[in-house]
Amino acid sequence: MLDLLKEPVLAIQDFISLAAKAFRNILRTPHYWDDIYLQMDTIGVGSLSIAAITGFFAGAVMALQMSRALAQYGSVGKTGTLVSITLARELGPVLTALMVAGRNSSGIASELGSMKVTEQIDAMRALGTDPVQKLVTPRLIATAVMLPMLTVIADFVGMCGGYIIAEFFLGLSAKQYWTSVWQALDWSDVWQGGVFKPLVFACTISLVGCFYGLRTTGGTQGVGRATTQAVVATTVAIFIFDLLITKIFVSQTG
Amino acid sequence: MPEGSQKSILRFEHVTVAFDGEPALTDLSFEAFEGESRVILGAAGSGKTVLLKTALGLVKPESGRVFAFGKDLTAMRERDLFEIRSKMGMLFQESALFDSLNIEENVAYPLLNQKSIRCPLAQVLPRVAQALEFVELGGTLEKFPSELSGGMRRRAAIARAVVTDPPLVLYDSPTAGLDPITAYTIMALLIKERDVSHTTTLVVTHRYQDGNLIANFRYNSEKGELEPARNGARSGGRTIFMVLNQGRLVFEGDQSRLEASRDAYISKFVKRRE
Repeated sequence: MLDLLKEPVLAIQDFISLAAKAFRNILRTPHYWDDIYLQMDTIGVGSLSIAAITGFFAGAVMALQMSRALAQYGSVGKTGTLVSITLARELGPVLTALMVAGRNSSGIASELGSMKVTEQIDAMRALGTDPVQKLVTPRLIATAVMLPMLTVIADFVGMCGGYIIAEFFLGLSAKQYWTSVWQALDWSDVWQGGVFKPLVFACTISLVGCFYGLRTTGGTQGVGRATTQAVVATTVAIFIFDLLITKIFVSQTG
Repeated sequence: MPEGSQKSILRFEHVTVAFDGEPALTDLSFEAFEGESRVILGAAGSGKTVLLKTALGLVKPESGRVFAFGKDLTAMRERDLFEIRSKMGMLFQESALFDSLNIEENVAYPLLNQKSIRCPLAQVLPRVAQALEFVELGGTLEKFPSELSGGMRRRAAIARAVVTDPPLVLYDSPTAGLDPITAYTIMALLIKERDVSHTTTLVVTHRYQDGNLIANFRYNSEKGELEPARNGARSGGRTIFMVLNQGRLVFEGDQSRLEASRDAYISKFVKRRE
């Protein structure tokens, strides 16, 4: 029994150690600004279209589904309210994080995994560079900066998707829809869905991707395995953290 | 034994390294002195690469101590090891050039990133060009590793390993996977670096002819080629052969003793000279 637990406990210990080093390095020199900007471009700009498309369709589908439910109570005019709350609190941050996880957690794991199996990580250490400082911290910073922005963009595009459904299929006016969207939101939604959740998800995506990449063994087959494990672990972790954060915010707001 | 005046560069004291409980090196002890060449032979999985990585401080021993340039690597933190590693050049088995950097950036990497080197920015490009000229790759500065052949990548990796003029250079299977002509070129470069820069050299190989070249040839800088060293003796250094078997050092000595050995395992790696 103890032997069975040994491996996961060691893995958690290694992950916490890697995360601690990555966070500590934010305050330590040298800072690899070129790598940070490059990762911001890859993770942020590169994921913009996929985040916007996901947000648009999520918003449009939510408008269609909610309008059916609201029609039973004669409240189709409240469609904007439900679309905006659902997007800002849940679908925006979670779907964006899942998209970025699928695209970047796998990308990070495969890139670092390839470097590991071709001894480039060892070479980096041999040539005077801390791989955590050079590879992990820039990805952590870049994801933490870009994911909240992507989430806000996905939220807005989603609300636009909801508006198209409301205007052309539900017969709501633009003023009616956008007023209900605006009035439904308060600062706790912005804080929860636009900042806190994306930041936690960003740390999960970057650190889990780096963790699996840096512990890759076994050649190209190992790289494939690390990539799959990174995506699965990140996805599960996003849902777990989403529930925990939502519980905290729901408890606080009564 | 070496003369008393010779400086110890690398010393292993009863070093044991294990991965997941499986021993990779067991109770390994040896000492390499300044100017010495060491040829490390052994079957696949005998611990040759682990030995080099332990010498660099990339792998921590379970027990025993490793001294490089008089300092105990086993007692050092990762950040403190960077200082010692700047005195060591390493050629990795698969070259380990950074895919995302071109050859110029790869060779410049240690000059720009090793704090103790403190190379002025204005001198970086000339030193990179000089190192690439040394390995006869002068025209490849802008190329990426994926655009080079296996032999060229190995030469670029040698340039990166020696660009900082380290006093100790470690070569991990420098000729593995190369055709005989390219392998000879790589060995000639290795001997050239050793004799021009007077470096202490550790070479891991499974080819006895590599060890034979290291032990019996020297670089003639006037002719720009290798030539046999008279009576097998090179000026300024000697060559010691080591044979590893399942992580244990089963032989340490000069070429004559190696060739005289009747041990079945050791004999597998020796092609006796005519």
